Amino acid sequence: MSTATIPSPTANLAWRDGKRYLWLLGALIPCLPLLGWGLVSATGWSVFWFSGPLFLFVVVPLADFIVPSDPNNPPEEMVPSLEADRYYRWLTYAYLPLQIGVFIWGAWMLSRGSLSVVDKIGIASSLGVVGGVAINTAHELGHKKEEHERWYARVALAQTWYGHFFIEHNRGHHVRVATPEDPASSRLGESLWAFLPRSVLGSLRSAWHLERERMARCEKRTFSPANDVLNAWSMSLVLWVGVTVAFGPGILPYLVLQAVLGFWLLEVVNYLEHYGMLRQRTASGRYERVEPRHSWNSNNIGTNVLLYHLQRHSDHHANPTRRYQALRDFETAPVLPTGYAGMIVLATVPPLWRRVMDRRVLAHYNGDVTLANIAPGKRAKLMRRHGAVEHAAA
Amino acid sequence: MAKYRCPGCGYVYDEALGAPREGWPAGTVLNAIDPEWTCPDCAVREAQDFVPVEEGAR
Repeated sequence: MSTATIPSPTANLAWRDGKRYLWLLGALIPCLPLLGWGLVSATGWSVFWFSGPLFLFVVVPLADFIVPSDPNNPPEEMVPSLEADRYYRWLTYAYLPLQIGVFIWGAWMLSRGSLSVVDKIGIASSLGVVGGVAINTAHELGHKKEEHERWYARVALAQTWYGHFFIEHNRGHHVRVATPEDPASSRLGESLWAFLPRSVLGSLRSAWHLERERMARCEKRTFSPANDVLNAWSMSLVLWVGVTVAFGPGILPYLVLQAVLGFWLLEVVNYLEHYGMLRQRTASGRYERVEPRHSWNSNNIGTNVLLYHLQRHSDHHANPTRRYQALRDFETAPVLPTGYAGMIVLATVPPLWRRVMDRRVLAHYNGDVTLANIAPGKRAKLMRRHGAVEHAAA
Repeated sequence: MAKYRCPGCGYVYDEALGAPREGWPAGTVLNAIDPEWTCPDCAVREAQDFVPVEEGAR
C-alpha cells in the first residue's frame, strides 16, 4: 500500500514521545536576538548581532549532520491522545508573546544611536529569522480546526506582512500542490531566484482572489473587515505603526529588511518542499490525490524540532489538520539529503542545488523525466539530457 | 436536509447549518455547491468527494 508508514517497533500503549521535551527548543528561536545581545555584551564581538542567521545557517545544519536522524512514528492507537495533549499546542502558543516582545525590543535597539549600521543590519537579520520561523509557527496554527488558533496564526504573520499566507497556503497551495498551476511548488530546472518572484507574487494574487471570491459568495464587499487578507494585514499595520511612533521613522528601513528576510526564508522552504514533484492527471481529468510521494521529507532531528515536524511534509499534505507531534514518516516519500536548514543554504547556489537534487528527482521517477514538474523554459533541454521523448498527452 | 463528511479530515457539512463563513447559507444543499469547493478544514478533498453521513452514526 502506497501510504504505508514505517512500523514502530514499540507499537503499544507504553510508547513515549522521545521528542517530548526537545519540542521546547522551538521557543529558542525568538530568543536568538536577545542571546546575541548577551553574547555581544559578554565578548565585545559585534558579529553576534547576527545570532539569528548564525544559528540557522551554521549551527543547525551542523547539528543535522552530527545528530542521527529520527524515523520514529507514533503508533496509530496513540495518535488521538497525543493530539489531545495540550502541552504540545501550548508550546506553539508560547512562540507568539516571545516573538512580539523581541520584535518590540528589537525596534527599540534599532532606534539607538550608539550602534553602527552593520550592527543594526545584524539585529534586523536576527529579527528576520524570528519572523521567518514564525511563519512556520503560523503554518502549524493556521491549519487547525480551532478558530482561535487561526487567529494566533495571523498574529505570528504580522511582523512580516505575510498574513495572506495562511489563506493562500491552506486553500490555494494545498489544493494545487505539485501541479504546474501552483506558484508555491518549484519545478525541475527552476532556480531559487527564478522561483522567488513567481511564488511571492503568485501567492499574493491567489490569496486575494480566494478572499474576493469568498466575499462575493458571502455577499460582502471585497474591502470588508471580514476579508481575511485585510484583517490579517491590519495587524501588521498596527504593529509597525506602533513601533514607528514609539521609536521613530529611522527604524523603518530595518523593519523592511527583517520582513523581507523573514518571508524570503519561508519562500526558500517552499522551494525545497516540492521541487520537481508532479501529480499526474487521472482519467477524469482531475489531478490524482496528494500522496506522500509528492513532497520531500527529512527526519533530521535538529531542523525537525525547531520547525515542528514541518519536514514530515508528506503526512502534512495528506493530513493537513494533523498536529505536528503526530506527523509520521513514510517509506514512499522522497528524502532530502539533509535538513531544511542546510538545504536552504544549498538552494542559494543553483548549480550546486541542481547537482544534488536533479538526480534525486530523476531517481524518484525511475529515470522518467516526463513524470516530473519541469520548468517550461528548461523542458526541451532536460528532455534531451535525460533521453526522454514527449508523450502525446504531456 | 442531509449531512456529508469530508473523507480526508472528517469535517461535516450539514445542509441545515450550511457554512456561512464560506458563503453557503443555512439550508444550502450540497448539490447547489460548486463541486470544486474544497473542504474548509483540510483543502485535500472537494465537495464532489464528500460522503453522506448516516443518521445515528457520527
